[in-house]
Amino acid sequence: MRAYAKRATALAAGLSSSSVVMADWTMNMTPGVTGISNQIFSLHMTILWICVVIGVVVFGVMFWSIFAHRKSRGHKAANFHEHTVIEVIWTIIPFAILVAMAIPATATLIEMYDTTESDVDIKVTGYQWRWQYEYINEDFGYFSSLSTPRAQIENRQAKGENYLLEVDNPLVIPVGKKVRFLLTANDVIHSWWVPDFGVKKDAIPGFINETWTRVDKPGTYRGQCTELCGKDHGFMPVVVEAVPEEEYNAWVASQREAAEKERQLTQKDWTLDELMVRGEKAYQTACASCHQPDGTGMPPAFPALKGSPIATSDMAAHIDIVVNGKSGTAMQAFGGQLSEVDLAAVITYERNAWGNNTGEMVTPKEIFDYKNQGSQ
Amino acid sequence: MAVTGVFMSAVADTHSQEHHHGPAKGISRWLLTTNHKDIGSMYLIFSFAMFLLGGSMAMVIRAELFQPGLQIVQPEFFNQMTTMHGLIMVFGAVMPAFVGLANWMLPLMIGAPDMALPRMNNWSFWLLPCAFLILVSTLFMEGGAPNFGWTFYAPLSTTYGPPSTTFFIFAIHIMGVSSIMGAINIIATIMNLRAPGMTLMKMPLFVWTWLITAFLLIAVMPVLAGAVTMMLMDINFGTSFFDASGGGDPVLFQHVFWFFGHPEVYIMILPAFGAISHIVSAFSRKPLFGYASMVYAVGAIALLSFIVWAHHMFTVGVPLAGQLFFMYATMLIAVPTGVKVFNWVTTMFRGSLTFEAPMLFAVAFIILFSIGGFSGLMLAIAPADFQYHDTYFVVAHFHYVLVPGAIFGIFASAYFWLPKWTGHMYDETLAKTHFWLSFIGMNLAFFPMHFLGLAGMPRRIPDYALQFADFNMVSSIGAFMFGATQLLFLFIVVKCARGGEKAPAKPWDGAEGLEWTLPSPAPYHTFTTPPDIK
Repeated sequence: MRAYAKRATALAAGLSSSSVVMADWTMNMTPGVTGISNQIFSLHMTILWICVVIGVVVFGVMFWSIFAHRKSRGHKAANFHEHTVIEVIWTIIPFAILVAMAIPATATLIEMYDTTESDVDIKVTGYQWRWQYEYINEDFGYFSSLSTPRAQIENRQAKGENYLLEVDNPLVIPVGKKVRFLLTANDVIHSWWVPDFGVKKDAIPGFINETWTRVDKPGTYRGQCTELCGKDHGFMPVVVEAVPEEEYNAWVASQREAAEKERQLTQKDWTLDELMVRGEKAYQTACASCHQPDGTGMPPAFPALKGSPIATSDMAAHIDIVVNGKSGTAMQAFGGQLSEVDLAAVITYERNAWGNNTGEMVTPKEIFDYKNQGSQ
Repeated sequence: MAVTGVFMSAVADTHSQEHHHGPAKGISRWLLTTNHKDIGSMYLIFSFAMFLLGGSMAMVIRAELFQPGLQIVQPEFFNQMTTMHGLIMVFGAVMPAFVGLANWMLPLMIGAPDMALPRMNNWSFWLLPCAFLILVSTLFMEGGAPNFGWTFYAPLSTTYGPPSTTFFIFAIHIMGVSSIMGAINIIATIMNLRAPGMTLMKMPLFVWTWLITAFLLIAVMPVLAGAVTMMLMDINFGTSFFDASGGGDPVLFQHVFWFFGHPEVYIMILPAFGAISHIVSAFSRKPLFGYASMVYAVGAIALLSFIVWAHHMFTVGVPLAGQLFFMYATMLIAVPTGVKVFNWVTTMFRGSLTFEAPMLFAVAFIILFSIGGFSGLMLAIAPADFQYHDTYFVVAHFHYVLVPGAIFGIFASAYFWLPKWTGHMYDETLAKTHFWLSFIGMNLAFFPMHFLGLAGMPRRIPDYALQFADFNMVSSIGAFMFGATQLLFLFIVVKCARGGEKAPAKPWDGAEGLEWTLPSPAPYHTFTTPPDIK
């Protein structure tokens, strides 16, 4: 059985490496690129072959009966209807097979649960419908959203090679290091899956789940959300880039620097036009999937912003709902998700776009003050 | 109702053979009936209507998934379709079909004049159309129907659910009441109305499997009611059972749901096990092998079903010890299930086999249900489940146990007992055509889903990456073929009810049981005096 699994592993590995773009008729799990994913693959092949062998034996007997013991061939029915010894045997043999199967499964499971001694810790937060990655000890983080253009999804444009499996900002991890993921969610339950790592874990609001991986081969690995999380569940992929350590360190340094720069932007004096430009961008990534790019929403779950009282009259209420969300509805609290600059830009944009021409703006500094006053 | 009239006219015509009063005339016969045969027919017709409705939703799903990209429906509506398809098939098609079979056959099999609680029987049926009227009406409400999957995980179904969720909860409550009353009735009938001399271990297997199923229903339907009541409170009365921001626990929902949900899947398959046992034995012209072990195996499966629920939740973050426990317990289910399959195959071995439609469906049941069982065993291996979970592999798995399992079991039963119900033989050629088209369509639709899942396609997505395109197209073609074929079944049944070759009291020479001692069609009132049991 082991030999079969090994041979199949080698075969499948050969197949997947020869064609980097997965073959369209892929029929089996791939062994993946981590120790765990290889162990899972081996368990999968073992249990598959056990099932095939049992199936061949049992259905073999059945097909023999169907072929040979037909009435049309003049076969007379025997009259036996029990046999204690044989019944005991076919209870014990499956049990023994199961015990044999449970042992390697248990070993793999124990290893999967060992999240100790990690080199890098990343917090993964699921949102409707994107992922947030925060590098816990490095003081920066960012969102990762689908980058496939709407036009491809709506068949107005030819679909790209990584259709629905591409994002604006992939997760970056160093190769050869134990990376621990801490998973949670901000709204509903999501599930973070990278098949090549053999890692899938639910991201649940109010819970922190742990899992880990160690990738030895640099490359880009793609996965998807695997827990139904609302309308765009099919549109929140996971993309991970595993890079050599030096490259990773350089990337972390540049990210820290960019994060610092972003924080300084709060103090800058912004004009309405500058905020509108930035606001449109932020709106498209954070708000448009519900409230729609043209602000018309999808009532009743996602109300229109175009001409709405919130976006055209009371500024304080507008800031409140964007920063703190509205409990009991799908409107999230964006205060922790967006920077002060983006919050100010989005609110300003919503108050001036699509004919909501209030001419009013709110500055990042005002948002900063609002948030700090709110937290006291 | 036109179909109802046709379907039942055969029964109505022959009531005069008995000295009792016959059925009432007109609509009141159906509204007020307490006759187990009438109620059984209504259950069966209702479930078939729901099967077509849920099936047409599956057609929408498969049409959208025919090609990558969004063509036919938007993601919001797609999610409503997957949710309603699941709910309607589980609660509207499969469960009522088995209750219908139970109503028709249990009294005939145990020599009882009717169900023990006939008025409650009427009430448990008529609740169902009300429940489904409410459920289906949500499709037309503002914000649409439930869109959170048939498993309705919180908080997607509570804080983030559409306004129609409260109606969905009410519908589930009514269905639950109906199921519990049906189960009580079945237990009361089997326990109290068996003909003298029919000891428990002489009961036909269909009676045994339904007795155990009824206990499962009574045990878990209230748990489901509890889950939806907590949702109701969270949505409308400000509680936070499942809302983490109020101190609640979204994972609690899954524990409660699957404590219901796992026994539920056995509720949908155990009665089929019973019916298949009769059919395999009848067309092998040989007694069922291992009757006693069959009974014990069903009992063991039912007991195990209560301690395996968290295998649906391996990726939720169950502690290692819990993970191991649920993995071992789940693997154990393979043992009694294996015993059943071995017994069926051994019953066929050295028999004298013929392959009329019921037997074709029964043989396909054994093979394809076993395939679903094998993939179930694979899913039980917790580390591997991290790769399989919530992919199309799971979709393939549960459709292999439910379509050729529950649904083929129901088709096999329908063809097996149609002569008894209508007094006519069905059209064997058409029935065989129905079988082969269903068999090919079903495998074409669901086998490629194994490959899709293993290649990494998540379930419940309206659009997918390009490497999944080919198998999805194959699957959709198979699904359309399977779906269209079911209209043929409707035609066959209506044709059989309206006329055809006269059926003898025992149309299958290998069949055993009290129901075959009655004339075909079974008179409106049967066993008003109990039969003698050898």
